[in-house]
Amino acid sequence: MTRSPVALLAALAALLLVLPLFAGSYALSVATLILYFAYTGQAWNVMTGFAGQLSLGHSLYVGVGAYAAGALFYHYGIGPWAGLWIAILLCVLMGLIIGFLAFRFGISGVYFALLTIAFAEFTRIGFDHLDWLGGPGGMFLKVAQRDQIDLANFRGPPVMYYYTMLAFAGGALALCAWLLRSRAGYYWRAIREDEEAARSLGINAFRWKMLAVAISSAMTAVSGVFFAFYYNNLFPEQIFSINRSIELILGPVIGGLGTLFGPILGAAVLTLLSDGLTDLLAALGWEIPGIKQVFYGVVLLLVVMFLPNGIWPALAKRLGIREAEDR
Amino acid sequence: MSWDLVANVVVAGVLTGLVYGLMALGLSVIFGVVRVVNFAHGEMMTIAMYSAVLIFGSLKLDPFLVLLPVAAAFFVFGYVLQTGLINPFITRPEHTQFMLLIALAIIMTNALLMLFGPEARSVQVDYQLESFELGGVLLDKVRLYAASVAVVAAASLFAFFRFTLTGKSIRACADNHLGARVVGLNVKRLYGLTFGLGAACVAVAGCAMVLLVDVTPSLGPYYTLLAFVIVIVGGLGSMTGALLGGVLIGVSEALAGLLIAPSAKSMFSFGLLILVLLLRPQGLLGKRS
Repeated sequence: MTRSPVALLAALAALLLVLPLFAGSYALSVATLILYFAYTGQAWNVMTGFAGQLSLGHSLYVGVGAYAAGALFYHYGIGPWAGLWIAILLCVLMGLIIGFLAFRFGISGVYFALLTIAFAEFTRIGFDHLDWLGGPGGMFLKVAQRDQIDLANFRGPPVMYYYTMLAFAGGALALCAWLLRSRAGYYWRAIREDEEAARSLGINAFRWKMLAVAISSAMTAVSGVFFAFYYNNLFPEQIFSINRSIELILGPVIGGLGTLFGPILGAAVLTLLSDGLTDLLAALGWEIPGIKQVFYGVVLLLVVMFLPNGIWPALAKRLGIREAEDR
Repeated sequence: MSWDLVANVVVAGVLTGLVYGLMALGLSVIFGVVRVVNFAHGEMMTIAMYSAVLIFGSLKLDPFLVLLPVAAAFFVFGYVLQTGLINPFITRPEHTQFMLLIALAIIMTNALLMLFGPEARSVQVDYQLESFELGGVLLDKVRLYAASVAVVAAASLFAFFRFTLTGKSIRACADNHLGARVVGLNVKRLYGLTFGLGAACVAVAGCAMVLLVDVTPSLGPYYTLLAFVIVIVGGLGSMTGALLGGVLIGVSEALAGLLIAPSAKSMFSFGLLILVLLLRPQGLLGKRS
């Protein structure tokens, strides 16, 4: 028995649309965070889950995107909607350079993953020495009044950020669903499963992998811009760090690599559980730094050991839902 | 800038680099045999460093004296980790293995953070500031001892792989997995021993390193990346490559710290990593497969 996920999705969308009506400010911030990780996980999933190119340096695109739009706003007062395009352009350019070098020189597997880490780390230290962007001391965007919505400068109350992120996450889901059913999606999966075989069938693996990197980096750039204007402070040490790259991929890996709903489910499970845990511990009077990350690690460990394809494929099977993508 | 200063910095870089080399040797051995990329390598290094700090704090024992017991404990830990947790994963897709070790790395770093907090810890022995002078070049005692320990440990490992039957069996597993099984070697056990040896290398390197730098939990990911840089520059799977790579990175970091800015030193390492990956992915000393 297979059911379409449409009904489930519609119910989820309706719930998320009305959520701000009854959610408090704390719940809203958690929901925004979940949507942020769902969106960014979706972006990473295009490159790694669909096309099989493991990136462990996606913080590079978050950071470059955030700094590009942030700097334009900070120095010239240019709002994020214009800065967004510059951020996307820069990130796609960087992604294509890295992809070109890696794929032309035949770098794959762990070497590719290390190359992505190396570029992110290289950029992190570089940004530490760029005084124009604040260097290690950070760049701080002016925090404007929070009560009225100024969409042009992307300043406003939390609910504005929530709906923006909801739109982005929904858009990313729709885009990925379409991509998976498109020619690119089929070619990517062919390359992921067996690149040699795909090439022998006449698929230009280089070109399609480059497309995956371009789409993934462009989507991640948007996540960076949001980050800049949501948190208003940017430190190279944090935004480009390897820990951030890992944090971004936990959602899709736990939820289900290469699936459509995996990144969303993973982000929700991880954020809700870890926030619940920290709240519980705080209530007990134990506020220990690092405990949340240990929890992330344990969840990742358990999922990798017992549900190697992620939570979503197992759950979908149980619910009788068939997704376009079956790993 | 005087030549004395440059000579001092280069010598210090070589000595520190040998300790880096021993750490990277562990990673290289594990990868060369088990074909598992240990993303928790630097985190294991910090655990060794904290062990040395703890033992020094409670028993006042010099880290050089507790090096062997710590290495033995790490050997057991590595063996158990490999046979209990990692062995079932060796036939699974690469990214699943990565995630397993990344999970372990996250747990290790943050467990250290929970236990010890973010403050830097160090070991202060009474000969900490003493040094030998050799033709105008000052050799810090601790640095010299640490480097000697690293060289001795590395040499013993070479000898083990070259002369003992177990060492030869491990090399057989690395060369030809199927062949090794055909002649009746217990590959899984040998993998366990290999991971144990890699962990023991890290333990020795950690005990030596704790006298050269202060330890914080966040040093773990940094050392993991550093070990990757070293083994890839030297050639993944090559033992001499790992040691020489360590020295190269040690010297280049020391010089970059002197000539450019201390904070820019690892930029050079990552730049080197990118160049080596692109131009000579088998490493400077590695053989083309």
